[in-house]
Amino acid sequence: MKVSLSWIKEYIPVDLGPDEIASKLTMAGLEVDAVENLYAYLDGIVVARVMDVKKHPKADKLTCCTVDTGRDETVQIVCGAPNVRQGMLSACALPGAVLPKDLKIKKSKLRGEVSEGMLCSAAELMLDADAAGIMDIAGDYEPGTPLGQALNISDTVFEIDLTPNRPDCLSVMGVAREMGAFTRPGRKITKPDITFPLQRTSSQSIHDHARVEIKDPDLCPRYSAGLLFDVAVGPSPFWLRQRLESVGLTPINNVVDVTNFVMMETGQPLHAFDYDNLSNGRIVVQKAGSTSEFTTLDSKVHKLEPEMLMICDGHRPVALAGVMGGENSEISHGTTRVLIESACFNPISIRRTAKRTGIATDASHRFERGVDPLGTVYAMQRAMTLIAEICDATIARDIIDAYPLPAAPVRINLDARALNVRLGTDFSTDEITDILTSVEFGVQPSRDGYMAVNVPSFRVDVARPEDLSEEVARLWGYNRIQTTYPAVPAKGRPLDPVISARSAIRHILTGLSFYEAINYNFISRDFCDHLLLSESDPRRKVVQIVNPLSDQMSVLRTSLIPGLLANMRKNTSQQTDTLHLFEIGKTFLSTGEDTLPEESEIVAGLITGNRTHQTWYGKKQPLDFFDLKGVVEDLLDALGIADAEYAAAGAGSCPYFESGHGAKVTKDNIVLGFLGKVATPVLQHFGLKQDAYVFELDLAVVMGQMPRQIKALPLPRFPSISQDITLIVDHQVPVGDVFGQMKAIAGKNELVEDMFLFDLFEGSPLAEGKKSLSFRIVYRSDVKTLTEKNIRKLHAGISSRLVEVFHADLPE
Amino acid sequence: MQNPINDIEHQAQEEIQKAKTSEDLEVVSIRYLGRKGILTAFLRSISSLPEDQRPAAGKNANILKTKLENAIALARSGIAANGTNQNRGIDVTLPGRRRGYGSTHPVTRVLDEICTIFMRLGFDIVEGPEVETDYYNFEALNIPKYHPARDMQDTFYVSDNIVLRTHTSPSQPRTMEKTDPPVRIVSAGKVFRCDSDLTHTPMFHQIEGLMVDENISFGDLKGVLTTFVHQFFDEHTALRFRPSYFPFTEPSAEVDIRCVMCKGTGCRVCSKTGWLEVLGSGMVHPAVFENVGYDTATYTGFAFGVGIERMAMLKYGIDDIRKYFENDMRFLGQF
Repeated sequence: MKVSLSWIKEYIPVDLGPDEIASKLTMAGLEVDAVENLYAYLDGIVVARVMDVKKHPKADKLTCCTVDTGRDETVQIVCGAPNVRQGMLSACALPGAVLPKDLKIKKSKLRGEVSEGMLCSAAELMLDADAAGIMDIAGDYEPGTPLGQALNISDTVFEIDLTPNRPDCLSVMGVAREMGAFTRPGRKITKPDITFPLQRTSSQSIHDHARVEIKDPDLCPRYSAGLLFDVAVGPSPFWLRQRLESVGLTPINNVVDVTNFVMMETGQPLHAFDYDNLSNGRIVVQKAGSTSEFTTLDSKVHKLEPEMLMICDGHRPVALAGVMGGENSEISHGTTRVLIESACFNPISIRRTAKRTGIATDASHRFERGVDPLGTVYAMQRAMTLIAEICDATIARDIIDAYPLPAAPVRINLDARALNVRLGTDFSTDEITDILTSVEFGVQPSRDGYMAVNVPSFRVDVARPEDLSEEVARLWGYNRIQTTYPAVPAKGRPLDPVISARSAIRHILTGLSFYEAINYNFISRDFCDHLLLSESDPRRKVVQIVNPLSDQMSVLRTSLIPGLLANMRKNTSQQTDTLHLFEIGKTFLSTGEDTLPEESEIVAGLITGNRTHQTWYGKKQPLDFFDLKGVVEDLLDALGIADAEYAAAGAGSCPYFESGHGAKVTKDNIVLGFLGKVATPVLQHFGLKQDAYVFELDLAVVMGQMPRQIKALPLPRFPSISQDITLIVDHQVPVGDVFGQMKAIAGKNELVEDMFLFDLFEGSPLAEGKKSLSFRIVYRSDVKTLTEKNIRKLHAGISSRLVEVFHADLPE
Repeated sequence: MQNPINDIEHQAQEEIQKAKTSEDLEVVSIRYLGRKGILTAFLRSISSLPEDQRPAAGKNANILKTKLENAIALARSGIAANGTNQNRGIDVTLPGRRRGYGSTHPVTRVLDEICTIFMRLGFDIVEGPEVETDYYNFEALNIPKYHPARDMQDTFYVSDNIVLRTHTSPSQPRTMEKTDPPVRIVSAGKVFRCDSDLTHTPMFHQIEGLMVDENISFGDLKGVLTTFVHQFFDEHTALRFRPSYFPFTEPSAEVDIRCVMCKGTGCRVCSKTGWLEVLGSGMVHPAVFENVGYDTATYTGFAFGVGIERMAMLKYGIDDIRKYFENDMRFLGQF
């Protein structure tokens, strides 16, 4: 919303500078986004004296003038104006000046004669409509005086970023009213007189010509109408065009311009109908019903919905109520009789229609937020007096004011104590009264610190005492309210375990040299196909966004892997080819059309590239599955989850893993997640050329397996003893199975402390299809130092049991 | 009496230097440290010294013994490793064998830092769903359907009644429905707006705060947010509270801080105003209390919201919001 200072001054005296006004408005809640000098282009225009005028040697209509622009030497300027004469003072644009319409002034030659500037007409400087000749400045000014200073031309436009609760300030009068509160007691605005001039009032009454019928008073509580005859439609006078242009509106014709001007002035949107296009002179306010289409005055055809409120004449719709008028009844050159509409519409109804039709107008913007229900008649009469004057029109006697649902005045019982508690202030009722009356609230103190406050009708945002507390606070100044500190009980709740778990995981993974990534929740719907998910895969139950920004962001992810693979692509394209990335974020599974999806928090990681780079102490070695598995093992171990089990993942669970290269992590048969090598077709879908390994763990499930508390054990007092077992088994035997057996056999034996694989060998001299596995078992007693003799039997038992179960051979 | 020791040391070190094999070293070791070795003999001779010289001589001889043992051991390992006992030391300027390290995302860092500040002030942390019902995201917060305030937040819809939450404010009604006052919570997380350009990403992070009790005032809001800003930036950062509008607070305030880049002289970051808008806040609107069944006559409260990406930009001087979610290592590696 733009307002100019000169326009504001029509309603209220202002003695503050532009910057001060901007700051005060901002601190009162009308945030000024920009302060613009409307006449900035006058920089470089000076008062100049024409010293001499000669005919241009080659052009009859041009003259060569010697001009004093206040500099040491006079300059020659070629001029085409008929009114140029020796001795006159005029306005001169010096080289470098930029005139409206981006006309750049420079030194040039006109038909062979040098011209060092331009003598300007008032029209060229947008100061007046006079384009007939160069400005003829009366009075005595020193040449070189800036024109703006000499003629006292200045105006400032404030661009205000209004919050939706303040429709009353969507008008120059509204802003002026706010500025009244800058002083105490608040200055009141002066409203222009709207008495119809007698000589322009017709003897004919509007009632003889027009009728207004409101069929849906809920949607249109008030409809005022006035009628004008003998309207001469044409361009608006300069002052009117200038006013509209100063606030960013485009002049159209004098009738429409007046309606726009009054809307900007008062905040009440108006519409002008060509009365002769209103069938039977009737206005019927009703819903569109079965009418299916309507052409607005911008010649666009809109589909109507039955609930949309329309302004109709005797036969057909003539306007989308409160949004835009129709092409069929707009003001044209031939229009002579004009019906002015000034109405109140239901904000929700207008907003619906504007949203559904995709039309946003200055009118709909105001109606959506709420206009002053008592303001229709004033605005209409203001417009009619202006049209009568500007368009040489006659005003029909009387007005129509259909007002089936009178607005109830809002009266608030304000308790000063409650207000002071809310704000942390100590205002007396007098102080509160002073502040509120400065913006036209009516206040009558009653007993015990209570006040009866009458809310002015234009303040549609104020309905309860808390709203008044804001009025008091903002007009007093938020920054003048004492800063205090709340006294609250030192009582807290335990930290949500998910917060500490997340934090622990971040610490562990960053310690394992992982960097944290954060990806968008929404991804391309293709991701299911790209991950090779089967048609029946539950992860295809995606949540779709109705209005996505693009197809690439159209569904909510059901896996974190696509995001990490996209990050890998981003990085490898930047020559970062070794990556350790992790992300903790949610996935979403649809549970139905109108229900919240199932949100699961997932911990995911990706590694790619090299385990070690080429260094002075070692060779480059590519990462593989076991680097990833080591990370998952470390992570789970560090979280206190011991003995997680790993088994080959079925192809169904993770189709995006290369066959035979994926694993499922479980703990006590509960699936914590999956890890594996990304399959080649998946890599190709993501434009990746090198191997990638990813894991996904379900945070809630992992947390379920984390020990509630750590229990410290006594340290062993006696040394341990280790014994090895080497088994030669079939190649297919998973090491995990052997461990499983070892645990089953010996895990419960209190002497067995640890067991691990320390060698794996395949190839000659072993037979084809065989491998040798070497395990070390650590034995320890907590009552004595063990000797080989103490454990010989136990160790041999384990060994022979393994040989039996796995049909193993012992090395020779 | 210093001299014999010095002589022995000098001579022994020379011989250790000259030794080429471990056998040579063994010979040196026996000559000085053996049972009939020179140093051993010296140690034995100490008893014949005047009493007052004995302690010092004994101490020096023992120090030398340790020194020589170490020198021989070092020479031995040098011969084993490099075939020479010349102790050339190591090139300490060679790069070390690094394990590598990672780091958390800047958004996480700032989020954690802010949560920690509020936890120190006694706030509990709560969390809520990222996909929300229209009710919690809007209606419960006094933003009915077709309210113009809905234009302030471009919403991603899943259906007519399900949205991607546009702010972390749904945590307010969700918490208050379950808890009686006093309430002190912050709620952090992802939020979504249907908006993408140079200064907006369709997803970003917020922290929401809420404090409700008897007699909580706008002055208290100012106090808590001032404390927060001073802890997050520094205690010299000036604040400005400016009237604004949020449907769920009344009065509502934007909080500006003195530009942390130019300290208020005006720069590109603050659009020459010297101020940066960093927080939205206000006293909880009574309609929100009514929706959760709080007694508006007894309780007042304040709420606030902070954009994390913006705070991180100011803290770290990040110039482009889109960098946050590209996860480019050249960016992540800086934190």
